[in-house]
Amino acid sequence: MSADLVRLSAAELSTKLAAGEVSSVEVTQAHLDRIAAVDGDVHAFLHVSQDALATAAQVDADRAAGAELGELAGVPIAIKDVLCTLDMPSTSGSRILEGWVPPYDATVVARLRAARLIPLGKTNMDEFAMGSSTEHSAYGPTRNPWDLSRIPGGSGGGSAAAVAAFEAPIALGSDTGGSIRQPAAVTGSVGVKPTYGGVSRYGAIALASSLDQVGPVSRTVLDAALVHDVIGGHDPRDATSIPESWASMAEAARRGASGDSLKGLRVGVVTQLRGDGGGFQAGVSQRFQETLDLLAGAGADIVEVSAPNFEYAVAAYYLILPAEASSNLAKFDSVRFGLRVDVAGGTVEDVMAATREAGFGDEVKRRVILGTYALSAGYYDAYYGSAQKVRTLIQRDFDSCFAQADILVSPSAPTTAFKLGEKLDDPLAMYLNDVTTIPANLAGVPGMGLPMGLAPEDGLPVGLQLMAPARGDAQLYEVGAAIEALLQDAQGGPVWAQAPALATTGGML
Amino acid sequence: MSEITPERVQHLAMLARIALTDDEVQRLTGELGAIVDAVATVQQVATPDVPATSHPIPLTGGMRPDVPGQPLTTEQALAGAPDHDGSRFRVTAILGEEQ
Repeated sequence: MSADLVRLSAAELSTKLAAGEVSSVEVTQAHLDRIAAVDGDVHAFLHVSQDALATAAQVDADRAAGAELGELAGVPIAIKDVLCTLDMPSTSGSRILEGWVPPYDATVVARLRAARLIPLGKTNMDEFAMGSSTEHSAYGPTRNPWDLSRIPGGSGGGSAAAVAAFEAPIALGSDTGGSIRQPAAVTGSVGVKPTYGGVSRYGAIALASSLDQVGPVSRTVLDAALVHDVIGGHDPRDATSIPESWASMAEAARRGASGDSLKGLRVGVVTQLRGDGGGFQAGVSQRFQETLDLLAGAGADIVEVSAPNFEYAVAAYYLILPAEASSNLAKFDSVRFGLRVDVAGGTVEDVMAATREAGFGDEVKRRVILGTYALSAGYYDAYYGSAQKVRTLIQRDFDSCFAQADILVSPSAPTTAFKLGEKLDDPLAMYLNDVTTIPANLAGVPGMGLPMGLAPEDGLPVGLQLMAPARGDAQLYEVGAAIEALLQDAQGGPVWAQAPALATTGGML
Repeated sequence: MSEITPERVQHLAMLARIALTDDEVQRLTGELGAIVDAVATVQQVATPDVPATSHPIPLTGGMRPDVPGQPLTTEQALAGAPDHDGSRFRVTAILGEEQ
């Protein structure tokens, strides 16, 4: 029973819960059992909630009493550790915040609770979301459920691995340069980076404030849409939150899955993101071309579009992000929260410097010092100022692409999951993993990652990225659900169902 | 080609309040040099006629209604602090002897 429950989508669980076929306690227990059975190997979770079953029991009681409940009430969800939670530690994957329990909930977490979802626990991530492999977590890496010797992507490898390993049906992630979409690609799952300002950042531990967005992680497009509807919308506590109201993403996804949304759709293939210059794995390019052929067969109009300045996106990103991060991470000062390393006879500045030396990992130090350099007097115009100009050029490229196409597509990542340790000693090689996802963050447009099959050479998942104009999130879900259905028809089932079984220990499966 | 020297890394680390070890300074000098050379390519297209963008979706205002909210209590604000005296954060000396 519980082994079957963990393979259901959030939408399917919701139907069963509403019909009284299963209780939230049963669903939650099934996922806790699965975590106990496989997370010793996968290490998707940094913390498992002690309150999940009690919260589920309360939802069951309220449902029995006839309370009006939202669609996802009683469905368990995993939460990336970058998000503040009142009842669980929130470390952002850093030693400097070990054990810190925030005095408030992130707005997205408060909205999950209000919609009566069941927080299962906090998921692993690269420290302060700096990385593409989860290897920069201070608490050890997460492993890819498809092959435990490989990375699950990053920074949100924990959330992606949790849904891919059936430890949770849905999760929250955050995406600054691809941290939702790239893990989705390498774990065969779905993830969405909403339009900048579409989802509140209040209570999300900031990495780069002009790039960060919180978004959903799932195995199906509809599930991502259902989560988006719960967490999205204006938040007066986030000054960058877009004030207008949004269409229902779930309605858009349902429309896409059942209608003919692809007929006449102008699908733009971004020349600079298709890997013609090399560096893309053969199986990634092959699956991408097959997907384009399927889309054309379904009536879509495939057009080639050019974004010449995307070539400079990674360079601009690795100036803007470290600059903003060096400022955001100044708050970890050993005074108000987190770690303090005492220095005998030292001043508060000595203590601060010793604390940050001990509490930050290598990648965080690298980026904070790079950002400090980029913002220094005498270098600001050459680096940070130039990067901001590239940002304008990238926005203009998007404008010209969207004048020719309704939606843009590319592979989500240049390769399938690589081996743990493979790129750890080469920061620049690690940075290039995000070449396909970074442009969307720089321009603020929404992006979705969804699986498009397995690479023939290694049997590992390959991701498709969709991008829509700013505020076009609903279109992303409509088209994403249509493509998901098209691919499943062609391939005889969903990618996630092909994941190899994991060894189980200690659980009740 | 890079302008990143060990002395510069040491100075930046002081500005960023990170007490790097000598080994870290050596390693970061090489790594940051390579990264700075790579990111400097932004200068190739950042011509004077291009305006800078600091924010992806420009918004104006962004003010909340001016109504009293519920701030953290003193206990909540101090709950995560490494040291406090019940009403204030406690730190070691602000000024060194030479000051």
